[in-house]
Amino acid sequence: MIQGYYPAGIKGVDADYVAVLAGNPNTGKSTVFNALTGLNQHTGNWPGKTVAHARGYYRHRGKTVIIVDLPGTYSLSANSPEEEVARDFICFGQPDVTVVIADATCLERNLNLVLQVLEITPKAVVCLNLMDEAEKKGLRLDAERLADELGIPVVPTAAHTGRGIKQLKDRIHAVALNEILPRPKPVTYGKELEAAVQQLEASLQSIYVDGISRRWLALRLLEGDPSVVEAIRQYNLAEGRQGGPCGSEYSADYRPGRRTGAGAEKAIRGRA
Amino acid sequence: MTAGRSLADLPVGAASIVMELRAVGSTRRRLLDLGFVPDTAVEAVRRSPMGDPTAYQIRGAVIALRKEDADAVLVRPI
Ligand SMILES: Nc1nc2c(ncn2[C@@H]2O[C@H](COP(=O)(O)OP(=O)(O)OP(=O)(O)O)[C@@H](O)[C@H]2O)c(=O)[nH]1
Ligand SMILES: [Mg+2]
Repeated sequence: MIQGYYPAGIKGVDADYVAVLAGNPNTGKSTVFNALTGLNQHTGNWPGKTVAHARGYYRHRGKTVIIVDLPGTYSLSANSPEEEVARDFICFGQPDVTVVIADATCLERNLNLVLQVLEITPKAVVCLNLMDEAEKKGLRLDAERLADELGIPVVPTAAHTGRGIKQLKDRIHAVALNEILPRPKPVTYGKELEAAVQQLEASLQSIYVDGISRRWLALRLLEGDPSVVEAIRQYNLAEGRQGGPCGSEYSADYRPGRRTGAGAEKAIRGRA
Repeated sequence: MTAGRSLADLPVGAASIVMELRAVGSTRRRLLDLGFVPDTAVEAVRRSPMGDPTAYQIRGAVIALRKEDADAVLVRPI
């Protein structure tokens, strides 16, 4: 299923689909992971990184599902090895579903990561964990309304007691098998930026690998994030592709300003 | 335009409101990702014995910032 640079497979497990768990630190990802997989777990390190990760599997509604537990991160900006692993797996591991575990006691903080994930992929589910703690604090959360506003399924859980885990499996199943087609509302960044994004997206059209959102890529390039270019190069190498994000079109069609994108362009040009 | 104080000068135990970020590029992005968004309440909860870094309670989490990053966060009184 998924090989190469971002392995998700488990030896001897013939998976129907792969779901990945992302989330802020300490939101209960590993507890959800344990509740989903029971004892069917494997731990190890990411190739070439000191970041530990766990993989496991379960069966639900006749399907075998591989689950990957990512390190806790506040964002996918690749500021740390943990963030980089999380971003690279969500982007290039091409999981069938990305589950964002959010802390119901401080939801607002957690939505930053949710929105970042939704820029990469619409195939996502929010797991609103620590619901018991939120209730103890007297907080009332309207999961349906949140699902409406985000455009993706939201499942309330209290993972340490198993509450909501079956519903979570149902939602993961439905999104993985396209029984539900999430339609997240894109975050917009104002006229000026949107014009630049559009222009970049058009130039990226003929260059980019399948499954990676061109809008997301355009935004990262405008942010001047060279690590994303490096990640794509690695991905293409691992997949045995000759080409990379190095089309002459990129530099011809779009001339980055002084700061934005300059680093990325340099990285692209610097490619052997 | 109000002149803000730097978050780094906030005494432990005191609270304030984030007003603006005097940072660009990846530092700005990182501060925003950590929750240092304008109009957010922030409290200094602990300072390391060496005086740096300081732990801040913000948006339901405790986040440690080095002085040079906290300097870039302008705050106003609540
Ligand atoms: N009350 C309550 N506690 C929970 C719930 N889910 C997890 N916990 C507890 O929260 C703590 C952190 O859980 P973890 O599963 O380690 O969190 P994590 O997101 O994997 O943490 P990192 O990997 O360090 O980011 C543990 O003590 C769990 O027992 C929940 O729904 N309710
Ligand atoms: Mg964990």
